[in-house]
Amino acid sequence: MNVIAMHSPDVEEDPSAPLPELPGHSSRGRLERVLRRGEFAVTAELNPPDSADPQEVYDRVAVFEGWVDGINATDGSGANCHMSSVAICALLTRIGYSPVLQISCRDYNRIAIQGNVLGAAALGVCNVLCLTGDGVQAGDHPDAKPVFDLDSISLLSVIKRMRDEQRFLSGRKITSPPRLFLGAAENPFAPPYDFRPLRLAKKIAAGAQFIQTQYCFDVPLLREFMTKVRDMGLDQQCFILVGVGPLPSARTARWMRANVPGVHIPDSVITRLEGAENQRLEGKRLCIDIIQELREIPGISGIHLMAYRQEELVAEIVHESGVLNGRQPWRRGTTLKSAVGE
Amino acid sequence: MTGLARVPAAFEPAGKRPRRSGKFALRFWSVRHARLLERVYAMFERALIGSAPLLKRIGFERLEKPVAAVERVTKGALFDCRMCGQCVLSSTGMSCPMNCPKNLRNGPCGGVRANGNCEVYPEMPCVWVEAWKGSQRLRHGTRAMAQIQPPIDHRLKGRSSWLVIARGEHSSNTSRLS
Repeated sequence: MNVIAMHSPDVEEDPSAPLPELPGHSSRGRLERVLRRGEFAVTAELNPPDSADPQEVYDRVAVFEGWVDGINATDGSGANCHMSSVAICALLTRIGYSPVLQISCRDYNRIAIQGNVLGAAALGVCNVLCLTGDGVQAGDHPDAKPVFDLDSISLLSVIKRMRDEQRFLSGRKITSPPRLFLGAAENPFAPPYDFRPLRLAKKIAAGAQFIQTQYCFDVPLLREFMTKVRDMGLDQQCFILVGVGPLPSARTARWMRANVPGVHIPDSVITRLEGAENQRLEGKRLCIDIIQELREIPGISGIHLMAYRQEELVAEIVHESGVLNGRQPWRRGTTLKSAVGE
Repeated sequence: MTGLARVPAAFEPAGKRPRRSGKFALRFWSVRHARLLERVYAMFERALIGSAPLLKRIGFERLEKPVAAVERVTKGALFDCRMCGQCVLSSTGMSCPMNCPKNLRNGPCGGVRANGNCEVYPEMPCVWVEAWKGSQRLRHGTRAMAQIQPPIDHRLKGRSSWLVIARGEHSSNTSRLS
């Protein structure tokens, strides 16, 4: 809260200001607070515009307002070029949203990444998701140079070092460290399945505090993964948000599993969609059914909704599944107190 | 996928094609015989350290080029080695991680196909699926796979990892062998 707001009731408090510090928290952001309070959290993925107009970002994000605790701004997802994640996050922090910055190792080397991390933190970003990134062959610029100077795990350790030791990878001192809540991705649905929980452990050791997984369409496979995760005690060391999303049709589902790297969709899901009169509605129902099943699995702290080109369904899915348990995530106009819930 | 659509990774030498699992390639043999190679390498490492005083008298810098050349040929044949100069083979089940088109040194990406093949090269078995198989044949393979590998030092590309061992400079962060 800034000084003017405290003294003049007519001036609204600055929505972009970081929240007050809390002991044991790495960031001053809302997502970490929600998770540490033990709430079932909801994050959503924003499909970034191919445009230089900030209004397009605000229009796209409006459908999430009041329904989610964090908004992921993808970083050239699928190796396609869009507005940058840092820029989208900066636009979102201005009006008080809680964005998750995505950093993909595909596009930058360690110098660019560390500079971006400092810049994003300065612009009010509190959450970072560290990713390897899809290969350039998957996107609209297959002729690009793949960088991959770091990998997702070394990236985590680099940012953790910047935050906790106030040093760049080179050892050079940082005067004011980035206060970030560190995240990583996991894909329990891709081989080598036995190694996946161990890889999660590596990510936690490297600094991951929250995990957002790839789309879950195969709950039994996730259950197996989570059993191993719990046996290793990993669910106690990080917050796991499982990726979910509505499939618009059986045709799209087929296309996705053939063309989107890392997406696993069992035949039973496609059969269910094909058998439905309204496939889009059935896709939404399936998503809600999966969410209900996930809530029963111990060790899961929330969901990450990826409703590509169906973003308007996010509110309906959150509402109809009842995942929020009557809780109201932040929206514009909520005061600092009510948003924080303290 | 056409030849044009293939983008070489940073460590991919010109003319080197991704390996198909169906064709015989020494790389896959090496993973299948990871335990044997681990033993051979342990002996070789002791020999290297033992001969360090001699190598030092000759001069490590003078040896760099010829040793790197031998290493390139030997490990190139056995592992499709890319001469990153900071070998971690014994932490990766004897499957060279620099063959991963994303150069991942800490484990597989999320894009591995259901058949265990690479996201970027659909015909090539994922380097890390192979690494996991190989690690299960090593004595402390799982523990070694759990080790966090630091970012690669691009200055060492093309230099000999063997001489690093002989000099006793192998960092505790990376694995000891090879």
